Amino acid sequence: MGTSVFYFVATLSVIFSLMVIFSKNPVHSVLYLIVTFFTFTVHYILLNAQFLAVVNFIVYMGAIMVLFLFVLMLLNLNKDNEPLKSGAVKVVGVIAGCCLVVTLVGSLKATAVSDPVILRNPNLGLLKNLGKELFGPFMLPFELSSILLLSAMVGAVLLTKKEKV
Amino acid sequence: MDIAFVIEKFVLVAIIFGISLLIAMYSTYAERKVAAFLQDRLGPDRAGPFGILQPLADGVKMFMKEEIIPSNASKWLFMVGPGLAMLTACIGTAVIPWGSDITIGDRVIPLQVTDINVGILYIFGVVSLGVYGVMIGGWASNNKYSLLSAIRAASQNISYEIAMGLSIIALLLVTGTMSLKEIVEQQHGWHWNVLYQPLGFLIFMVCAFAETNRAPFDLPECETELIGGYHTEYSSMKLGFYLFAEYINMFVSSAVMATLYFGGYNYPGMDWVLLHTGPVIGPLIGTVVFFIKIFAFIFFFMWVRWTIPRFRYDQLMHLGWKGLIPLAIANIIITGIVIAIIEKF
Repeated sequence: MGTSVFYFVATLSVIFSLMVIFSKNPVHSVLYLIVTFFTFTVHYILLNAQFLAVVNFIVYMGAIMVLFLFVLMLLNLNKDNEPLKSGAVKVVGVIAGCCLVVTLVGSLKATAVSDPVILRNPNLGLLKNLGKELFGPFMLPFELSSILLLSAMVGAVLLTKKEKV
Repeated sequence: MDIAFVIEKFVLVAIIFGISLLIAMYSTYAERKVAAFLQDRLGPDRAGPFGILQPLADGVKMFMKEEIIPSNASKWLFMVGPGLAMLTACIGTAVIPWGSDITIGDRVIPLQVTDINVGILYIFGVVSLGVYGVMIGGWASNNKYSLLSAIRAASQNISYEIAMGLSIIALLLVTGTMSLKEIVEQQHGWHWNVLYQPLGFLIFMVCAFAETNRAPFDLPECETELIGGYHTEYSSMKLGFYLFAEYINMFVSSAVMATLYFGGYNYPGMDWVLLHTGPVIGPLIGTVVFFIKIFAFIFFFMWVRWTIPRFRYDQLMHLGWKGLIPLAIANIIITGIVIAIIEKF
């Protein structure tokens, strides 16, 4: 049952990710992206990582995508004020896209298929185990990444401050 | 997973769903009665004795009204908006423990749909999702006032979520678990969390008012500036859904506050009553006590609405970012220091 659920949700993820790219209205794109993130949450639950699932739910769906939607609604991008793209730009875009595909396919072909990862503890994703891992063996990288986030925040606040004359 | 388990959960979900809808319905009636009481009026008294059938009459009115979809609106999203608002309002009840376990024969039935070990975070996630209904509806209406209201709702929601999360962290330091069931069981016998976390409770409650868009934080529905707010273009039951979702949100946040800070279904003398009434009636009395606590909170929500005037928007942001967030961080630090000292000695 687990595998069939996985394939079902994975298909949904792929479909909605494609919809993000193909929908013309940017607000619709963001809404499809939100649904894509929801399918990721389901993936995490299938992997028995409840904490990651709920954090993905809160941070990506509940906070970051709200801000995306917020900005797009403020910009109010309509078809009328979208800059016209000439034929030459489209041709250049197609060529650039093909180059990217060739590079990606080439690099993927070169890599060997890795062995499937087997967790020593299948309940690693549960709250208590994850906390013990993060604040035990991985204490230093965890704290360092939080300082990194803090410095990014301070930088953002500093950018919005007006200079004192 | 046996069939009895599925039936049991299904019945429980149906009952909780029915009760939340019923309470939301009669909250509209209670709101008008409380408003009337506070303003020395009578309130609705025409439909049935004491106007008790007023919510039914309102519901019929909502269903019968003409349904209008503005021609320039984004049709699908216009319909998705109210549905999403209702959905996010209703799913929050899944992790709330409504009472201690009922024992019938040798079968133990927990009065909680699911006891996940990240219960608080689940509630938090559902709350943060709640803003999408308002945002999508406001944007899809293709109306300047609706859009302004949607943007207000989003920024208000994000701002107060931070302070709410920080106040929950201080609570987690005290309880040491995120499962709502365990938190309620820890509060047995007057160990209510509000006694250990009075400041945290105050911050949480103010944020709950802001997250449910209730007065004095109902800026998204500010009539004097925004006509009707995000539901300006809505009519008939779609409007009804938005209004209804607000009352369900109020019910759920009252239940969460009672669970986290006021002992849930615990009450003084609980063990004695439980011993003398048996394993079925005893837990149900606890559920009744829990609902009394919820009703007290709902009354408080209404009391505040008809007492305090609405904030200005800059005041709202000022309170959120410069008042509540530093206060919540200070609360975390003080709680941490006190716990460290207690564990040391």
